[in-house]
Amino acid sequence: MSVEAYARDGSPVETEPCGDGPVLVRHADVVVTEDGVEHEATRPVVAVCTCERSQRMPWCDSTHKAVRRR
Amino acid sequence: MSASPTLPQPRGPLSEAVHRRLTGLPTAAALPPVPEDPFGDDAQLALWMLYELHYRGFADVPDTLEWDPDLLALRAALEAPFEEALRTVSAPYVMDALAGSDDLVDQVRAVVDAVEVAPLAAYLQRHATREQVLHFLAERSVYHLKESDPHSFVLPRVDGRAKVALAELQYDEYGAGRPDRLHARLYADALAAAGLRTGYAAYIDQVRAETLAVNNVMSLFGLHRRLRGAALGHLAAFESTSSMPCRRIAAGAQRVGLPAEVAAYFDEHVEADAVHEQVAVRDICGGLVAAEPELREDVLLGVAACLLLDARAAERMLAEWEHDETEQAS
Repeated sequence: MSVEAYARDGSPVETEPCGDGPVLVRHADVVVTEDGVEHEATRPVVAVCTCERSQRMPWCDSTHKAVRRR
Repeated sequence: MSASPTLPQPRGPLSEAVHRRLTGLPTAAALPPVPEDPFGDDAQLALWMLYELHYRGFADVPDTLEWDPDLLALRAALEAPFEEALRTVSAPYVMDALAGSDDLVDQVRAVVDAVEVAPLAAYLQRHATREQVLHFLAERSVYHLKESDPHSFVLPRVDGRAKVALAELQYDEYGAGRPDRLHARLYADALAAAGLRTGYAAYIDQVRAETLAVNNVMSLFGLHRRLRGAALGHLAAFESTSSMPCRRIAAGAQRVGLPAEVAAYFDEHVEADAVHEQVAVRDICGGLVAAEPELREDVLLGVAACLLLDARAAERMLAEWEHDETEQAS
C-alpha cells in the first residue's frame, strides 16, 4: 500500500512498510488520505494505518494485532 | 519537580546497611551477605537505591557516592544473581524464538507472543475500583516519573541506524521539543489531577518488590555497556506491549471518573507507542543486530526479561486486589 505524504519545504519523505502493520513515515508534515483530507503529522515519525481498522485513522493504533490474532 | 527524593525505609539487613552508608552512619566493615532471593524486597530495594545514585540521587546524600568503590562492588554483587536469574527464566523463550526464525522482527514477536500476560489492563478497563486505579498509578509512578531515562544511557554506546532511531524515539518521549509534553511531565500532571503525590519516587515505600524489579532491570541493562543489546530489546518489548493496554487503561480511568489528565496520559501512548513499537523493533534493534550480530541473543533476553518481570508485577497487583475483594465479601 502506498502512502501519500509530503513535507512543506518540498524535501523528500521517507516511508518504511512494517509487514502486516503500519507504514512508518519520516520527514512529513502532512499525510493525505484517500478521501483527499490532509492530516498534520506532529511526531518526528508517524505510523500510518494499513489494516483500515484503526480507530484513529489515519494513524496506527495497533488494532492490526487484534486482527492478526483472529 | 526535579528535587532529589528522600531515602526509602529499609526492608531488610542489606537495604538497611546501604541506607546507613548513604547517610554516613557507621556500619560494620563487612556488609551483610547478599540475600538468597534476588527478586526479594531487601535485594531489590538495595539495588534500587544504588541505581538511583545515577539518576537523581537523594536529598542529603553526597553526589560523589555515585562512584564510591565499595558501593559499586556491592551493586555488582547484587547484580550478578539478578542477571543470572533473568537469563535462566528467559532462556527457554530466547531459544524457541531463535529456533523458529532467522528474522529478528519475527523473533521479537515470537517472544512477545509466548510470554503470558496477566490481564491487568483488561481488569483496569472493566472492573477496577477507583482506589485500585489510584494504586496502579502510584505503583507505576516510580518508572513513569523518569520515563525513558534508563534507555537514554544506551545512546553513546551504539552507532549508525540504531543510534539515530533511538534518538528519534527518545525525542518523542521527551516531548518532541515541548517541555509540557515530556511524558514524565504528562504523568506528573495525571498524578496531580488524580490527587496523588507527584514527587519523584514519592511512593517508593509502598511499591512492591515486583515493581522495583521492573525498574531495576532497566537500570541493570542501561548502565552496563556490555548489556546494550538487552537494554534495546527491553525497550522493544516495552513499546510492543503498550499501545493496546494503554487504550484499555485510559478507558478504565474514565470509567471510574478520574480527571481527564489521567486518560490523556495513556491516550497519548496509544498512538505514540504504535509508532515506537515499529521503530524500536525494526530500526533500533534491527539496526543494532545488523551492526553487531553477536548481540541478537541479548536483544531477545531483554525482550523476555521485560515481559516476564512485567507479568510478575501485574500478577501481584491482581492477586492483591482479588484478595481484598475476598476479604470484603467474607
